[in-house]
Amino acid sequence: MTQSDIDIVKKTAKLARLELGEAEAAKFGEQFGRILEAFQKLAKLDVSGVEPMTGATELSDVLRDDRAKPSLERERVLANGPKQDGEYYVVPKTVGGDA
Amino acid sequence: MSQTTTAPTIGFVSKKTDVRWIPVIGLEVHCQLKTETKLFCSCRYEFGASPNTLTCPVCTAQPGALPVLNREALALAVRVAVALGANVAPRTKFDRKNYFYCDLPKGYQISQFDQPFCTGGGLTLPSGKRVRLTRIHLEEDAGKAVHDRGDMTLVDLNRAGVPLIESVTEADMQTSDEAYEYLTSLKEILQYAGASDCDMEKGSLRCDVNVSVHPEGEGWRTKVELKNLNSFKNVKDAIEHEIERQIEAYESGDKSKFPVQETRLYDATTQTTRTMRSKEDAHDYRYFPEPDLVPFHVDAAFVEQQRTMLPELAEARRARYQRDFGLSPYDAGVITGSRAVADFFEMVVKLNGNAKETANWITNGVLANLSDPTIPAKTIDELPFRPHDLAELVELVTNHTIHNNVGRTVLRTMFETGKSPKQIVKEQGLEQVSDEGQLEKWCREALVGKDKVIADVKSGKTKAVAALMGPVMKASKGSANPELVQKILLRIIQTEM
Repeated sequence: MTQSDIDIVKKTAKLARLELGEAEAAKFGEQFGRILEAFQKLAKLDVSGVEPMTGATELSDVLRDDRAKPSLERERVLANGPKQDGEYYVVPKTVGGDA
Repeated sequence: MSQTTTAPTIGFVSKKTDVRWIPVIGLEVHCQLKTETKLFCSCRYEFGASPNTLTCPVCTAQPGALPVLNREALALAVRVAVALGANVAPRTKFDRKNYFYCDLPKGYQISQFDQPFCTGGGLTLPSGKRVRLTRIHLEEDAGKAVHDRGDMTLVDLNRAGVPLIESVTEADMQTSDEAYEYLTSLKEILQYAGASDCDMEKGSLRCDVNVSVHPEGEGWRTKVELKNLNSFKNVKDAIEHEIERQIEAYESGDKSKFPVQETRLYDATTQTTRTMRSKEDAHDYRYFPEPDLVPFHVDAAFVEQQRTMLPELAEARRARYQRDFGLSPYDAGVITGSRAVADFFEMVVKLNGNAKETANWITNGVLANLSDPTIPAKTIDELPFRPHDLAELVELVTNHTIHNNVGRTVLRTMFETGKSPKQIVKEQGLEQVSDEGQLEKWCREALVGKDKVIADVKSGKTKAVAALMGPVMKASKGSANPELVQKILLRIIQTEM
C-alpha cells in the first residue's frame, strides 16, 4: 500500500460523500491498491483492433414509444423517502450543488 | 463601464492602459424537448404540476428499475441537429455522470460523454456572424430542490428524467450582443422545429456562459463560467459585467486578483457575480458507459425523415415574406417572431390573398389584443377565432363594408365573444353607410351653427372640414363612409353656402 492509494481512497470517499477515518482509509487504501493493480495488468493488454464494448449484451436500439403511463401515487412513492411532508421529500439543507 | 469605453471595433480599449481587451465568449444551452413523456420512463411532465405527482420507479431511482430511451426524444434531437446543420453520429451511446445532490436520485445523471448523437453545425446570426457548435448531446434533467421554505431543503422529482439537449458552442462570440443574438436565433430554430418551447421562465431553456478576456494579439486567458442566468437580458448583462470585472482585475496588476477558473453565480438584482465554486472544488464526474442502456444507431433514412418534418424556418420565411408579399422587414420580423403567428398569418393569406393588409391586422390588431391583460387569450394558440374569421374581417375592411376603425372594434369583439366578423357587423349594425341620401342628412345636421368652419372652407381651407367629421361619425355610430362624408360636406358648403 502506498500513500497514493490512501489519497485515492480519500478522494473517492469525498466524491461519494462518505466520512472515512484514518484507520478505514488505510484499510480501504490497501484493498483499493490491490484492485487497481489488477486493472493495471488488464491495461497492459494489447487491445488495438478490438472494438470497445459499452454493454454486456449484444442488444442495440431498444426504444419505446412516447406514450404516457400513469405515474405512481404521491403518497406511496413519498413513503419510500426517509422524511417527507406530504408533498415533498425533506432533506437536510443543501444549497449550491449542480444543475 | 468605469475603466473602459466601447470601441467601434471588437473589444474594449482601456482608458488607463490603452490596451485593447478582446472578450471570448462561449455558450452552453440546455433545452427541454417537447415530448409527452420523460427521456427514460413513461411519466408525463408538466411545468407547475403538483410536486412529486409525476414520478415512477425509474425516475425516482428505485432499485432494479431500468431506463428505456424515448424514440420521440431521439427524433426531436436529430431534427434539431438537422436544423443546425450538424453531423448526426451513426452510432451513439449514453454515459453516467456521477455527482451527489439531493435533486438527483440515482447519484448520477444519464448523459452523453464521448459519443454524443451529434457534432458540429452552427448558426449564422442576423448580423452575419457565424457561431459554430462543438456538439449537442442528450441527457436527463434533474429534479428541483426548494431551499427557501424553512431550515430544510424540499425535493420535487417531477422534473427528474425530462429530456434535455445540451448544445455547446465554440468560443466564437466576442460581444454580449452576439450572445444575445445567438440565443434568440437558437430559440427561434428550436421553436420552429417543434423541438422545445424554449421558455426561460418555465426553465425549458437554460444557459451557462464561459467568458475570458485577453489583450489583442495575445493568447486566450483563464475562462470563467457564469450560471444562474434567468433571461436573455440577464445573459447579456452578466457577460458585460464579467468582461468589465476581468479587465479591471488584470489591470489592477495584482496577481492575487486575476481571474481564476471558477463558476460564478449571477445576481440579477445587484447585477454582480460571486464565486460559486473554484477549480479545486470542481466536480470529478467519473463518466463511464451507462450499462443499463444499449447503443443506438441513427441511419440516414431516420435523419432524412426528420429533415422532412422540419418546417420552413423563420429566416427563410422572413426573406420570402419580403420578396413575395412585399412586407417590410419589420413586419416580416414581427410575424415570424413565433412559428404559431407565422403559420396563422399564412393560413389567413391563403384565404384572402391579401398579405399586406393581413400583416397589418396581425401586427397592429391581433398581437396588440393578445398583449392586453384584459383579454383572456395570451398566445395565438388561444385565439377564440379561426384564420378564416380574420380573413373575413380583412375582406370587410378592404371592400369598404366597414371602416378601418370599426374593424378594430369588431376585432375586439371577436376576442371577447369568438363570433364571426360578419355576425358582429350585422348584430351591431356596423355596416358602413354609403347611401348618399342618409349621409347628406347627417351632414346637414352637423353643419347647423358651424359658421366659422363654413367660412374657413369657403376661404380655401378645405382641411377645416375635418372638424365636422366627428359629429357625423357620431351621428352614424361610426358607420358613415368617411370619404363620402367629406365629399358631401365640401359639396354642400361650396355649392350651397
